[in-house]
Amino acid sequence: MNAPALPKASDYKSELKPVWCPGCGDYHVLLSLTKAFAALKLRPEEIAVVSGIGCSSRIPAYTNCYGFHGVHGRALPLGTGLKVARPELTVLVTGGDGDGFSIGGNHFLHACRRNIDITYVVMDNRVYGMTKGQPSPTTEPDWDSALSPGGTGVRPFHPLVIALASGANFVARTFSGDIKGTTDTIVQAINHPGFSFVEILSPCVTFRPDQRGWKSVVHPAPVEPTDDAARAARRIMTDDGFNVGVLYRGSREPYMVERAKETGEPAQFDGMFEI
Amino acid sequence: MFFFIIVKSYEYTNLRSTDEFCDFLARNLKTGILTMIAQHGEQAAISIALTGSGGAGVMTAGGLLLDAVGKHGCYGLQTRSVGPQIRGGESAALLRLSGDPVETHSACFDILLALDWNNYTRFSAEIPLNASSIVITDPAVDAAPETIAAAGCTMVELPLKEMADDISGGRVNMIALGVAAGAIGLPLETVSGLIAGKLASKGEAAVRSSVACVEAGFESGRAIADVPKLAPSSHSEASVRWLMTGNEAAALGAVRGGIRFAAAYPITPATEILEWLAPALTKVGGTLVQAEDELASINMIIGASFGGVPSITATSGPGFALMTEAIGLATAAEVPVVVVDVMRGGPSTGIPTKSEQSDLNIAVYGLHGDAPHIVVAPVSLADCLFTTQWAAHLAEAMQAPAIVLSDQFFGQARMIVDRPANVAFIAERKIAERCDNDYARYAVTADGVSPMAVPGTPCGQYTADGLEHSVSGTPSSSAEDHLKQLAKRRTKIESHDYGVHWAEIEGEGDLVILTWGSTAAPVREAARRARAQGANVKTVAVRLLAPLEVETLHAEISGARGVLVIEQTESAQFYRYLRSQCDLPANTRAVHQPGPLMIKPEDVLHEIMTELGR
Ligand SMILES: Cc1ncc(C[n+]2csc(CCOP(=O)(O)OP(=O)(O)O)c2C)c(N)n1
Ligand code: SF4
Repeated sequence: MNAPALPKASDYKSELKPVWCPGCGDYHVLLSLTKAFAALKLRPEEIAVVSGIGCSSRIPAYTNCYGFHGVHGRALPLGTGLKVARPELTVLVTGGDGDGFSIGGNHFLHACRRNIDITYVVMDNRVYGMTKGQPSPTTEPDWDSALSPGGTGVRPFHPLVIALASGANFVARTFSGDIKGTTDTIVQAINHPGFSFVEILSPCVTFRPDQRGWKSVVHPAPVEPTDDAARAARRIMTDDGFNVGVLYRGSREPYMVERAKETGEPAQFDGMFEI
Repeated sequence: MFFFIIVKSYEYTNLRSTDEFCDFLARNLKTGILTMIAQHGEQAAISIALTGSGGAGVMTAGGLLLDAVGKHGCYGLQTRSVGPQIRGGESAALLRLSGDPVETHSACFDILLALDWNNYTRFSAEIPLNASSIVITDPAVDAAPETIAAAGCTMVELPLKEMADDISGGRVNMIALGVAAGAIGLPLETVSGLIAGKLASKGEAAVRSSVACVEAGFESGRAIADVPKLAPSSHSEASVRWLMTGNEAAALGAVRGGIRFAAAYPITPATEILEWLAPALTKVGGTLVQAEDELASINMIIGASFGGVPSITATSGPGFALMTEAIGLATAAEVPVVVVDVMRGGPSTGIPTKSEQSDLNIAVYGLHGDAPHIVVAPVSLADCLFTTQWAAHLAEAMQAPAIVLSDQFFGQARMIVDRPANVAFIAERKIAERCDNDYARYAVTADGVSPMAVPGTPCGQYTADGLEHSVSGTPSSSAEDHLKQLAKRRTKIESHDYGVHWAEIEGEGDLVILTWGSTAAPVREAARRARAQGANVKTVAVRLLAPLEVETLHAEISGARGVLVIEQTESAQFYRYLRSQCDLPANTRAVHQPGPLMIKPEDVLHEIMTELGR
């Protein structure tokens, strides 16, 4: 008898053709994601990919997993509810920098500190792609656009710093063009208990054509991953925004869902009210 | 006002309660049908207010008084009114007690027991008094405000503080409890027995001093002249009564209805639902997560329900407003969820601790796009149980959001009720147990409901989407798909058989009163009293607010000589909503009043009599 065929990345792809522009970094993210699922030998029906709104948030339907394309900024609570209700599923939350750090910023903080065993993948292109080129929280302050002529003048948000400070249990950055590195990082993130955060630098070739040059500026982080949050914090201080690699692997206990061992009947509560 | 009566009229036998009897009396007094001898005696229902400054413990005393009335076999309700302080400010325990079920306050308090007069004016509008009211105060504290004297109340002075000081560890609120119990004729053993049980954890000394206080107060209370006495219970020994708040009832209804996941963000006056569910859910295999805000809580329950677990959240107006975008997502993605909005005074932060029915518009119309969903409202405090359970059933059956519009009065009043029936509605979702490769999540079916694959089911994979989609869930902006899916989502809501539960209807008659929510309580009481006076009045308390059962409602009002629409809003939201959907007769009249003051049975009775030209 033959051994069962090993899963392939294509087993995790749907037949739907992505709406993304040719050259968009998100294609590579989709590829890495499906490769990671294959590497983990997960069954597609045991995976749920949840997202908000944006170009990047279209990703669930391009996988052959269960998906939920929710509303803008609320992917993390959607995924949190799903994971708590169905702990046996592998839950990935996906989306863009606008979705995750602007409108959904509060959920980002609390998902990090809640430390539920889910993986959050942000395709950071430092712009609002879907709404056609407005600055996001990670956009450089002097980036010119119609909505903020001459730039916002506002200091960018540092997702890794925030994730680390808020209690994420696994923090990493990758570059979408590095399929192998990204696949490997997603595998690690899914395997790591608790809340895993992966920022994927994923160019928006349409509204940030300058990001085509990212492949020559990204570089491996000069140090090894650490489980010491203080060391990770110091290392991040010297980050130029293009360090890639796993920054931090914590050992904090994931959110314990008090799944009742008890499966009593509602009738047990009647006694609370009887006179 | 209390009479011992020689009744020669056979009409008496038609009267359902002593309240009706009083109205009957009042009417017939003038006509001289009855011969009466004034005496002190039982009264259908007694209203008592206990007031005091922070730390005086009036809420504890009021709570124990209601408990004792329950133990005695009678009925009653208790609400609270508090000052603006977060904790420990002046407060008032407002009780109405009776031998028969009572479910609302009346227009006048029989007894005001004021431990002191600090900031009393904060409550005075909620504690109406008249010349037949008895005011019990302690001369050692400051003098009663002028308004009290102006109302012509009978003043009774008792040295409450001195009595408490005479007892080691004695507290004024326990003296007051004794006074109230003695005054209305509760047996002393009932109260002291109750205290021994309730305070056992505080130690023997605490029990002993509390019982001594109650005994001391009891004697002085009994000695007060002309106090109405609690009528004997109308309930049979065999029947079981419950003491609960509407928030507890709603939470129990959710659990009975199969809800096993909740996400929570605290807000007055809904928090108790969530706090009740937190430990309860873990005992039935479920979970509650505290969310970072209402945007999170609604999305968490959508996520959990997408996972196949029936889910709920509870909030009030400000939180509900934050949830509306995601409720639209639940509509579009066809994910069942239950959202309880325990309404308070609005708009904005409004009056968090007081009841109002002004979230009707946002509940019915607050979603963007054409977004059919379910809106139900409990018709009584005990019905918070049934209605929430029903909402869970409806949401699951139709894979759509169901909003339960409760309100602060229902949510936070404590009430003794006959045990609510245990109904069979259990969340039942049409699940795609086994899928093949052509599985289409949003397939158009006759009833609009399509089998839902839950994650874990092989071959059922699909992406739930708030984007308009084709039958398979693929995003689509085609006119055809939009039309199909809009119609599908409307059909499942409109074609559902809601059975007889759309409203609770009482009586028959020329005059029909349409009402909803906690306003139904004074309306029902007024209608019963009006019927006792020979008026024909029908009350329709609408439980299913959306979709409105227009045909059935038309049938209920057809041929009516008059229609009154009664609600607690400033802008007549319910009346306008009905007008937008139904052909109300030209002589329909809207009676509407915003919170914080509740509509009283006497107000409604007045409207009924005006309408009937009596
Ligand atoms: C509540 C709400 N506000 C605004 C929008 C419009 N909107 C759609 S996507 C988007 C930003 C997307 O940017 P990002 O998350 O960075 O994703 P990208 O498109 O760049 O992948 C915005 C503002 C929306 N859909 N919903
Ligand atoms: S607009 Fe930018 S982010 Fe969106 S699909 Fe095109 S390249 Fe990608």
